[in-house]
Amino acid sequence: MRLLLALVLPAVMGLASPGLAEDFSLTIKDHRFEPAELEVPAGKDLTLNVTNADATAEEFESNDFDAEKVIAGGQTAVIKIGPLDAGRYEFYGEYHEDSAKGALVAK
Amino acid sequence: MLGALIIVFREVIEAGLVVGIVLAATRGIVGRGWWVSLGVASGVLGASIVAAFAGAISNAFAGSGQELLNASVLIIAVVSLTWHNVWMAEHGREIVAELRRVGADVSAGRRPLTALAVVVFVAVMREGSEIVLFLYGIVVSGTSMASLLLGGVLGLAGGAAVTALSYFGLIALPTRYIFSVTSVLLALLAAGMAAQAIRFLQAAGVVTALHTRLWDSSWLLPDSSIVGRMLHVLVGYTDKPTGLQLLVYLATLGTIAVLMWWVRSSRQPKPAH
Repeated sequence: MRLLLALVLPAVMGLASPGLAEDFSLTIKDHRFEPAELEVPAGKDLTLNVTNADATAEEFESNDFDAEKVIAGGQTAVIKIGPLDAGRYEFYGEYHEDSAKGALVAK
Repeated sequence: MLGALIIVFREVIEAGLVVGIVLAATRGIVGRGWWVSLGVASGVLGASIVAAFAGAISNAFAGSGQELLNASVLIIAVVSLTWHNVWMAEHGREIVAELRRVGADVSAGRRPLTALAVVVFVAVMREGSEIVLFLYGIVVSGTSMASLLLGGVLGLAGGAAVTALSYFGLIALPTRYIFSVTSVLLALLAAGMAAQAIRFLQAAGVVTALHTRLWDSSWLLPDSSIVGRMLHVLVGYTDKPTGLQLLVYLATLGTIAVLMWWVRSSRQPKPAH
C-alpha cells in the first residue's frame, strides 16, 4: 500500500501540475550541501528536493528567499520557491551553520 | 556551546514573548497559572511528538506535511486570539472594575483562558520541536555533548528571562491600561501568525496567488537578527513579505478591530466614562 502510494502519488501530482515548476535536487552530507551552488532559471516557480543523507536532522533555511524547513535524517524534503529575480541567493543549514552553506544562482 | 546557546535562545524567545504577553493579559484572573502551565506542558509534549515523527510529517501530503501542519496550528491560534480579544472587549471593563475594587484575583475572566492556553501550546510546540530535533542531533553525534547541552540550558534560561522581562514590563502599566495594551499586542500577534500561516501555505504550493515578494528590507532589519525575530513575533514583521501575506495581515487586524468595536458598541451604547 505504501509502495503503491509512493509510486502513484508523485505521478498524480506530476500530472496535476504539468510543467508548472522546475525541479532541482540537493543533498546534505556530512553537514555540507552537494552541490554547494545550484544554477536555476530566473522568473520561474522552482521545486527543490533536498535529501538529508546525514543521520541527524537539519533545518534548511534561507534569508534570501522564503524557506524554513526541518529535514529529518535520511529524508527528502520538497521546498517550493516562488519566482526569483536574477541573482545569488544563499541558504544554509541552521543546525550546522559553519559548514552547511550553499547558494542558488538565478540566471 | 555558543552555537547551541544561540539556536535554543532564538527559538525560546519566540515562545517566551507569547507566554509573557499571555500572562500579562490574564493578570489577576483565577486559574491562569494552571492554564498557562497546561499550555506550556502540552506544548513541550507536542513538540516532542512532532520531532519524533518529523520524517513521517514531512513526507505526508506529497512532502508538504510540515508546512500544512504549521499553517493549521497557526490558524487555530489566530482563531483563539480573535475569540479572546472579542470576549475581552465585551467583559474587560467589568474585570478591570472588579480588579480595582477588590484588589485581588477575579474569576470573571476564566473563559478566555482556554483560548490562550491553546495559543501558548501552539507557540511552544512550534518552536520547541526545532529545539528537540537540534538537541537530539547533538546527543546522537555525541561530540562534546556536555558543553553543547550546557549551551542549550543557558539558551533556555536566556529565553525564560525574556519571558519574565516582557511580563513584568507589561504589568508595570496601570491596571486600567493593561487589558487595552495586551489586546492590541494579541491582535498584532494574531495578524502576524495569520501572515505566517499564508507563508507556509505558499511554501506548500497550496496557495499561489500574489506570491511575489513586495519588498526586501533585509538590508535594514533582517529576519534572522534577534531584533528582527522579536518584531516578527510581536508585530509579524518579515523582511520579504508577499502580497497575500500583507493582505491577510491587514485583513486579520481589521477583522479583530471591527469585531471588538461591534461587540463593545452593541453592549454599551453609551460612550466610556
